[in-house]
Amino acid sequence: MNKDSHSETCLLQFRYPIFTVLALAGDDFAIVASDTRLSEGYSIHSRESPKCYKLTDTTVIGCSGFHGDCLTLTKIIDARLKMYKHANNKTMTSGAIAAMLSTILYSRRFFPYYVYNIIGGLDEEGKGAVYSFDPVGSYQRDQYKAGGSASAMLQPLLDNQIGFKNMENVQQVPLTKEKAIQLVKDVFISAAERDVYTGDALKICIVTKDGITEETIPLRKD
Amino acid sequence: MALLDICRHQDWKAILTPFGAQKFSVSCGSEVTCDEFKVPVGVDPSKFMNTFSEKDGKLKLQFNHGTTTLAFKFQHGVIVAVDSRCTAGKYIDTQYFKKVIEINPYLLGTMSGSAADCVYWERVLAQHCRIYKLRNKEQITVSAASKLLSNMLAGYRGMGLSIGSMICGWDKKGPGLYYVDENGTRLSGNMFSTGSGHSYAYGVMDSGHRYDLTIPEAYDLAQRAIYHATHRDAYSGGTVNMYHVKQDGWIKVSQEDVGELYQKYLKERK
Repeated sequence: MNKDSHSETCLLQFRYPIFTVLALAGDDFAIVASDTRLSEGYSIHSRESPKCYKLTDTTVIGCSGFHGDCLTLTKIIDARLKMYKHANNKTMTSGAIAAMLSTILYSRRFFPYYVYNIIGGLDEEGKGAVYSFDPVGSYQRDQYKAGGSASAMLQPLLDNQIGFKNMENVQQVPLTKEKAIQLVKDVFISAAERDVYTGDALKICIVTKDGITEETIPLRKD
Repeated sequence: MALLDICRHQDWKAILTPFGAQKFSVSCGSEVTCDEFKVPVGVDPSKFMNTFSEKDGKLKLQFNHGTTTLAFKFQHGVIVAVDSRCTAGKYIDTQYFKKVIEINPYLLGTMSGSAADCVYWERVLAQHCRIYKLRNKEQITVSAASKLLSNMLAGYRGMGLSIGSMICGWDKKGPGLYYVDENGTRLSGNMFSTGSGHSYAYGVMDSGHRYDLTIPEAYDLAQRAIYHATHRDAYSGGTVNMYHVKQDGWIKVSQEDVGELYQKYLKERK
């Protein structure tokens, strides 16, 4: 077996990013939402496989990409969170988790985790924060971000409705929690209409200073 | 004991362990603590990474890329200006990416090429600059900082890193500007521009640059150069972030949206 076919065999285990994850931050809350369909190629493996993982009481991570790497990465982050808690007697803040995830991803610069991550949570002052990552650890704090298969469809809609982009003479009203949840539902319903890999159900994790609440809303099952 | 871990000073471990005590190493597994870079087994790492970026490849791992950055020296210090568009393939990942890394209050590093590479290596450089200051009780010079970075990168030559960075600062020798890239190239100069839009920025800078510019003229020149690059280069855009490095440290001058600059220059022409 020559070198090229060996690397091909390794790569065949990877697949396209086939879930959709979305996160947005408000003044005192953050929302991370994902669909629950797990598909591979033309088949659906599971309709109840949510992609948001709770890390701490103030932070949720959504991972889209190769499912095996998503699971391993969340296990590694959990282990590092526990180590930090035992060493420093306090929980990691969202910003610290984002910086740590950046170095974890970069340690695999030459053999990357095929995962696009988005972290949503509250920062030290209680304001909503969203951090989005590329597969090798470059990250950025945003107000909203869509990742995964339908991201190119969702991001422009978020730019318009939350960022008030490409509109003239519009009043920039800050986002309330109820409006944000309704917007997330509308956005995923649109994505399920036009993206084959999005559908089945929508799981929303809402992070506020009182903790994390979860809601599940059905989407198209076809 | 975070500083102890970073310095890795071996003598101190002998002091901390009681004489004759059994030492057993608690290994949490390098998988979790991520001490070293993982490479795929049995495959050349750069060839492995190439398969992800091949044009007709089935799998596309897109990293954030593309930019225009510039920096020039003049009588009042160093002006640094960058755009803020981050692209992954042909998708614009974000229009508001921070491409100037604030290493310490006297040193700035710009970022072009792969975002993750630049951010990571400039953070490592910031760590070394801090340790230098603690050990030697004085600020590191721009020359030494850029040399540290270029030596680190030269060790990974051929592995597929993509970094085109300018290290800018003011030290005891005056204003300093060095260009460092992923092959270990390190050049000192009065004016540099990097990234996909660098040729457009050079055109504007060369036509307007003099050593004896006043501060408002220098700000205007830098802003114009980045604006023209974003106008013509598809991979640059967003906002123009501008910094000014002076003797007592750097300041952030402005962050202006390119669309608004277009309207401003259009009015001037009329």
